[in-house]
Amino acid sequence: MLEFVNLYLVNGIVLGCVYALGAIGITMIFGILRFGHFAHGDMMTAGAYIALALVWASGMPVLWVLPAAMLLTAALGAGLHWAFYRPLDTGTGSTIVIVIASFGVALMLRSAVQLFFGVDITTYQRGFQTPIWIADTIRILPRHLWIIGLTIALVVALHLFLTRSRLGKAMRAMSDNRALARISGIGTMRVVLAAWAVGGALAAAGGVFLGIDTQLSTQMGWNLLLPMFAAAVLGGIGNPVGAALGALVVGVAEELVTFPWFGEPLLSPAYKSAVSFAILVALLVWRPTGLTRGRVF
Amino acid sequence: MDQATLGLLLYVLGLANLAAIYAVMALGLNLNWGVTGLFNAGVAGFFAVGAYTSVILTAPDSPHFLGGFDLPLPVGMVAAMLVSGLIALAIGAATIRLRSDYLAIGTIGIAEILRLVLKNEEWLTNGVRGITTIPRPFVAETALVSELSYLAMTLAILLVLYVLLEAALNSPWGRMMRAIRDSETTAAAAGKNVDARRLEAFVLGSMLMGLGGALFAHYLRYIGPEATEPVTTTFLVWVMLIAGGSGNNRGAILGAFVIWTIWSATELLTRQLPPEWAVRASYLRIFLIGLLLQVVLQRYSRGLLPERNPAERGATGPQDRTL
Repeated sequence: MLEFVNLYLVNGIVLGCVYALGAIGITMIFGILRFGHFAHGDMMTAGAYIALALVWASGMPVLWVLPAAMLLTAALGAGLHWAFYRPLDTGTGSTIVIVIASFGVALMLRSAVQLFFGVDITTYQRGFQTPIWIADTIRILPRHLWIIGLTIALVVALHLFLTRSRLGKAMRAMSDNRALARISGIGTMRVVLAAWAVGGALAAAGGVFLGIDTQLSTQMGWNLLLPMFAAAVLGGIGNPVGAALGALVVGVAEELVTFPWFGEPLLSPAYKSAVSFAILVALLVWRPTGLTRGRVF
Repeated sequence: MDQATLGLLLYVLGLANLAAIYAVMALGLNLNWGVTGLFNAGVAGFFAVGAYTSVILTAPDSPHFLGGFDLPLPVGMVAAMLVSGLIALAIGAATIRLRSDYLAIGTIGIAEILRLVLKNEEWLTNGVRGITTIPRPFVAETALVSELSYLAMTLAILLVLYVLLEAALNSPWGRMMRAIRDSETTAAAAGKNVDARRLEAFVLGSMLMGLGGALFAHYLRYIGPEATEPVTTTFLVWVMLIAGGSGNNRGAILGAFVIWTIWSATELLTRQLPPEWAVRASYLRIFLIGLLLQVVLQRYSRGLLPERNPAERGATGPQDRTL
């Protein structure tokens, strides 16, 4: 049982944290701008490599440069919107062309990272962490504690921002009903930029956390796309806290299927990402509104 | 003919062969996206399934993968289309009634699962090493004749598909499809079964992608799991269709030839660079093709050969071209 907690559950929660930080951005952008942002995973890659460049330039540990990386990626998100998505927004509600554009942006982001950093797998810093013991039973790596703690802090901060601040409330209003929000005098541009800034900043955090936990590769973001969309649908599109919880479910589920419940893993670890796909398809067939009975677009 | 001319001719023939194969897939995507408005982001998945299906059915016996059926090539190609179509039917049935975004993520998902299967199931596909014992039709004494015969076959297939698709698009079926694309609600109100028609177009288009995969594998005589890489397959086909003119079959074919020529020509250019730059330049190529898509989407969204309204086709003179 302890082996299960230490080797599988903790890993699943850490993975869920990474998915959560990306899924929040996907669900917010889907809610406010009404399109699936397929470049979100590669935006996480970009954030992770921006942090790597900052580590190289400053020599500081990666968690110290995280705020700067989040700011830069927020600016990147806003820039992507301004350059590639806004020109295609016809205002008629048809956003599928923007989805195509985001597919191209994903490729551009990835190839830009490959151009500057190469394709070799790398890490922020080499070294080996010794696990610490909690109550003499749970063994956890310090970096896992950091990732889980910072993710909880970020999600709580986001929740407070969305429920207490004027801008946050405006974002929720826009996500609920765009036309009604607009005639109530909510500025579209500010809300949209805020969504990209928050989405970009959290994406950077997710990318950096994945880099801290495992390693940096230029494919890392693209591979996150499927579980993150599954998490966003699971939590109900447009619901950031739902997406975070959905991400936790997906992350833990992916680890659970590789646990040797009956002596053998249910599924070979090579097929881990099939789990999020199965969750996604099951949801789309039986409950496209997500577990919280949100909306379906 | 001296060696240099022959080399150039073979290069051009190889280019034309692959462009024609991509054109088959672009026609499939046109049926999905151009005509019916379905976002298929899993072209690479259907392509790979088609390729492996045909290869496994036609290849000689081998200890490295499932094979030894030694069936004739046309059987392989038809099977490639059938298996791609069945997979499209399954994923389409789950996601077609939802917004296009969900179909997109569903098709990305199926492509990803297929990639994992093709990479990990060594008994079936020889895993990451790929399959190299693929039969190729019309292999003659000289490379020139082999290339020409294969090109004749792909062009003949392309022509048949073009004629069939044009007939379909000009029929009431084609008009109904466009009506569904342009206004789902109106079409539904007129009594059309929107979901069933969409599923039809999705399955048929995906079958053509499977056929493209089969043609590709038998042409190159090699297939490996990198065929499922979304960059070179899914994305190129999308750029081809949109640059060529989505909704227009001729546009899809033209786009395939133009974009494939650009893609191959830039590869020639990057090969001239010193090795330390050549690798980086290949990423620059991908970046630029992504940028090209953005430019086309923003400035030339109708493509090289824009879609024409069937009513306009019958009309004479430019005064009717106001729609």
